[in-house]
Amino acid sequence: MNAPTKISFSQGINMALDEALAADPNVFLLGEDIADAQGGGVFKATLGLSAKHGTDRVRSTPISEQAIVGAAVGAAITGMRPVAEIMFMNFLTVCMDQLVNHAAKLRFMSGGLTSVPLTIRCGTGAGVGFGGQHSDMLEAWFAHVPGMKVVTASNPADAKGLLLSAIEDDDPTLFIENVAMYAAQGAPPEPGYKVPLGKAAIRRAGGDVTIITYGRPVGEVEAVAETLAAEGISAEVIDLRTIAPFDEAAVLNSVAKTGRAVIVHEAVKAFGVGAEISSRIHEELFGQLKSPVKRVGSKYSPVPFSPPLEQAFLYSRAEIAAAVKATMG
Amino acid sequence: MTTSPTGTVDNDTLLEIFRRTSLINQTDERFRSLLISGKIRLVYYPVRGQEVLSASMMTALNPDDYLVTTYRGVHDQLAKGIPLKKLWAEFTGKATGTCKGKGGPMHITDPETGVMVTTGIVGSGLPIANGLALSSQLKKDGRVTVVCFGDGSTNIGAFHEALNMAQIWKLPVIFLCQNNRYGEHTAFAESTSARQIVDRAVGYNMNAIKVDGNDAEAMYLAAKAAVDRARNGGGPTLIEAMTFRMLGHVFGANTSYVPKELVQQAIDEDPVPRLRKTLLDRQISEDQLAAIDAGIASDLNDAVAFALDSPYPDAGEIRIDVLSTEIAA
Ligand SMILES: Cc1ncc(C[n+]2csc(CCOP(=O)(O)OP(=O)(O)O)c2C)c(N)n1
Ligand SMILES: [Mg+2]
Repeated sequence: MNAPTKISFSQGINMALDEALAADPNVFLLGEDIADAQGGGVFKATLGLSAKHGTDRVRSTPISEQAIVGAAVGAAITGMRPVAEIMFMNFLTVCMDQLVNHAAKLRFMSGGLTSVPLTIRCGTGAGVGFGGQHSDMLEAWFAHVPGMKVVTASNPADAKGLLLSAIEDDDPTLFIENVAMYAAQGAPPEPGYKVPLGKAAIRRAGGDVTIITYGRPVGEVEAVAETLAAEGISAEVIDLRTIAPFDEAAVLNSVAKTGRAVIVHEAVKAFGVGAEISSRIHEELFGQLKSPVKRVGSKYSPVPFSPPLEQAFLYSRAEIAAAVKATMG
Repeated sequence: MTTSPTGTVDNDTLLEIFRRTSLINQTDERFRSLLISGKIRLVYYPVRGQEVLSASMMTALNPDDYLVTTYRGVHDQLAKGIPLKKLWAEFTGKATGTCKGKGGPMHITDPETGVMVTTGIVGSGLPIANGLALSSQLKKDGRVTVVCFGDGSTNIGAFHEALNMAQIWKLPVIFLCQNNRYGEHTAFAESTSARQIVDRAVGYNMNAIKVDGNDAEAMYLAAKAAVDRARNGGGPTLIEAMTFRMLGHVFGANTSYVPKELVQQAIDEDPVPRLRKTLLDRQISEDQLAAIDAGIASDLNDAVAFALDSPYPDAGEIRIDVLSTEIAA
């Protein structure tokens, strides 16, 4: 069989899970409807995996998020590497106790006697009409909890490489998938391809301004950078890939060079990840900045259902371009 | 304690149940036909097969009684009396909808008809229903609260916490489990350890009724008994109404995992023609029933036209209703 020339985001995730299951008997998957008898996952990310690796290791669960994450935490402290699918990020609120009070803290509170090598995958994202309880970007909540890592990918190959690293990582890691991107196509990764956690990627080199982003907005930012180039503005685009802990060196090196920065994320702007990155830049590079750091995020509102309101909620290319121009003075 | 209410249902009541059933059935069908033709776009959770149980339950309520339901709740909302035009406008994201298009189909609220909360989070409605009932108990307003949820939802912790609290506080609340045999792609027995949902009431010392929800008379008697008990200070009841999800989890979803015999059995026992036959057997004329259907069809045409002709909300609505005061632009 010839290798595919393109793979989708969900195929990238599927490849990572498949490789992890094949490589390590301690890896197992659990989540609602993830086995093939239940359709291989609502987003089809686990399709075919129970057929190949068995339903002991690719387990469909009841609708019981607390019990899912709790079981994953318990198994993880014995050295297993569970990968739990929590269908939508908003459902993490139902199992917040297990994540925040236990997964993130057991290593520290046990003085290092136990650790939680757990991966939680969840989908989310606005723009697809799912309304207020299925679309939130809550990465800042989890980034704020010491003891957890937060990861997201902007293309299928990274999804594969990052997820594989997350599973092999010894800390609890939240892996965020944008539901608007599951069908997005990209170049296929080589078998074994991994993306190290904590390492950003420079998507476009530039000298005038650094745009720091992650996840779905990476594509939007690249498009904006392209149009800005035509107007004589040279933007460097950084895809963080790991949100927490983020690649400070990559961000600071770039901003030290350009002297200007814009941070873009889909999450609501207020109290978001952009505020943290902006602060770090100001703390380290205040004297070298040519203009104040700008942030672009979604509006301060629950995600609305009505399509025009949902679009008004989301960050836009126009806002990204305007923020960049504002830094240019 | 599991009880089986007996008695008879008079013709007027049964005709009212028929009217509400026809309203639900025709609305559900219209949503699906407009989705097929591409005239509307939304994630739609069909209620085909669950019309009669809801019509019977809500007919046993007073107009000012409270309802809490789920994403699969259009039958409950209609049976409770929500204005048809506003419902259609909300489902299509229009400014004239019950919630100005902000909530959308998964989050319908219409306090005037007692539709207090529609949740997209499995199990979350039950604790909120307790709060509505507690308010009625404290205010002595005589209202009863009904909360609808699926069979799969009984595996969430919130279900168990809510039942226990409702029972110790003797709250005027009815837990209506619409057992349609599936939660997404998972069959009842694959995810639920109890043989039947009513068994779960035993541990909470709660009155419980298991009933054929597709039998209008039995369902109405069960509903009436539970409502009377709650209104008279007798406390909560768990009703397990047996029914069948005749279509996929969401509109357009595959249903190949549902055994053919089960589908055929559901078609044979379709509650809608069954109710019609019951009425005809009682010497109600076909003309009378046809006139009810026709009146609803005409209301439905008006409601769909109203929704399609209505404007979308202004983008500025994103800043209104987030907090009690408008958010600055
Ligand atoms: C807390 C939570 N977990 C998972 C989901 C995803 N989900 C939506 S509906 C559903 C199935 C619910 O089944 P059931 O309670 O039987 O209701 P039905 O859809 O059959 O009416 C699931 C798992 C959700 N909305 N909320
Ligand atoms: Mg169900």
